Amino acid sequence: MVSSAADSNPLIDVNDVSFRFGPIQVLKDVTFAIHPGDFLAIIGPNGSGKTTLIKIILGLLRPLRGEVRILGKTVDDFADWSKIGYVPQKATHVDSLFPASIREVVAMELLANQGFPGMNKKEEELSIDRALKHVGMEGFKNRRIGSMSGGQQQRVFIARAIVNQPHILFLDEPTTGVDTETQEHFYDMLDLLNENEGITIVMVTHDIGIVNKHVTQVACLNQKLVYHGTHEEFCRSQAFKDMLAGGHHLISHRH
Amino acid sequence: MDAFFTYGFLQRAVLAGVFIAVACALLGVFLILRRDSMIGHGLAHITFAGVALGLFLKIIPLGVALVVAVAAALGIMKLKEKAGLHGDTAIAIFSSMGLAVGIVLATLAQSYNVDLFGYLFGDILAIETSEVWLSVALAAVVVFIVGLHYHRFMYMTFDREAAKASGIKVGRLDVLLTVLTAVTVVLGMKVVGILLVSALVVIPAAAGLQLASNFKKAMILSSLIAVVSVLLGLFLAYCIDFPPSGSIVILCFLLFGLCFLLKKIRGSH
Repeated sequence: MVSSAADSNPLIDVNDVSFRFGPIQVLKDVTFAIHPGDFLAIIGPNGSGKTTLIKIILGLLRPLRGEVRILGKTVDDFADWSKIGYVPQKATHVDSLFPASIREVVAMELLANQGFPGMNKKEEELSIDRALKHVGMEGFKNRRIGSMSGGQQQRVFIARAIVNQPHILFLDEPTTGVDTETQEHFYDMLDLLNENEGITIVMVTHDIGIVNKHVTQVACLNQKLVYHGTHEEFCRSQAFKDMLAGGHHLISHRH
Repeated sequence: MDAFFTYGFLQRAVLAGVFIAVACALLGVFLILRRDSMIGHGLAHITFAGVALGLFLKIIPLGVALVVAVAAALGIMKLKEKAGLHGDTAIAIFSSMGLAVGIVLATLAQSYNVDLFGYLFGDILAIETSEVWLSVALAAVVVFIVGLHYHRFMYMTFDREAAKASGIKVGRLDVLLTVLTAVTVVLGMKVVGILLVSALVVIPAAAGLQLASNFKKAMILSSLIAVVSVLLGLFLAYCIDFPPSGSIVILCFLLFGLCFLLKKIRGSH
């Protein structure tokens, strides 16, 4: 179990977390840490608890046992949620009749926790423009979100998630329903955010090819944490061989 | 047109009508996008029970209706949450109960009279000064709160999970939105009556959503359509003695049709 920045204080500490949905055990005794600068892929078969784990970290679900610390604080005590960006699973299942423009979608996150009278208009526009520029969508600001393709919508949701310049970005299966070519551009964009902007990225994925090319860390879940460490070691590990041999629903292709 | 500047009853109707129309339209946009448009209809039936209770107890019906509608709106929320019912089922249960209780109370109060019919079919031209100020104040509060939480309401309507993860207290804002809806439905009852109030909540918002290119424009357009319907409805009521409630709702519908056609024409180019 190696961490890329083991000496630095972790951004996220997951300690002995267990979770059940009724009689079904979803997570059992999961412990690991996420450090600044990590690009972590959480992989595992369907129903292995990947999305549940992210939801527990974000405080959307309460663990049965164990705790999560964000920047040293428990989820209940943590208040600065602007430091966390999140793109949920199926974010691109947008109601095409919803009248929000791309600018408004990004502003939702920027202004979510603003009180009265809110943010300076110029500052607001600058933040929105900067976020959209990072994802290459600056020319589409006034277009309706429902009129965009799946890949473009996903870029807008990334812009929404990074508009507050978060320390860490969570993505839950971000390329579902997006074509292969667009996926490649998408992961290149995540690399830039990770390397140039210093945003720590945590991504749930089924795509082992991504693990090979883009991420620095892998957490492999199957109720328990089967593996956590660098992607190079993961590719040589028994966990990796077991996953491939088990015929789990994983995509494995060379980039 | 001079009559609008001369007669007190018309001025009161215009003042209350405009404020209430804006409150109804703003909330209507959120309710439609949350797929909760029928809540206006359900709460209107429950409001009938509140009015009947007010008439039975001889307490201001508008005040009693407000309390009953807010309590029922929260009840619908809880029933939906705890009993695992879909939104419409909880609304159907509460609305039928409201209507039944209203019928029983109105019979006991022997109040199947002008008062009750005024509430059922709307009687904005007979609105009293105290009711005008109460309506204007409550509608202004609704508009202010919607403005204050505009981005949060929009975020949780668009992507509930991401909104929660960004620290928005979605559960609390659900309660707030439900209470605001109940208040707005009761106010709308004064304009178009219990039987048509859901139209004032839903139709202008649906019309605005046909043409708006963004959320802000949807809010503005819906409010404008609601205000134009109320003003023209009052004008028709005064000039050619049409019933104001029916006229207002028919105008809402015609403006919805116009917006729908404009959208189709725009789409074909």
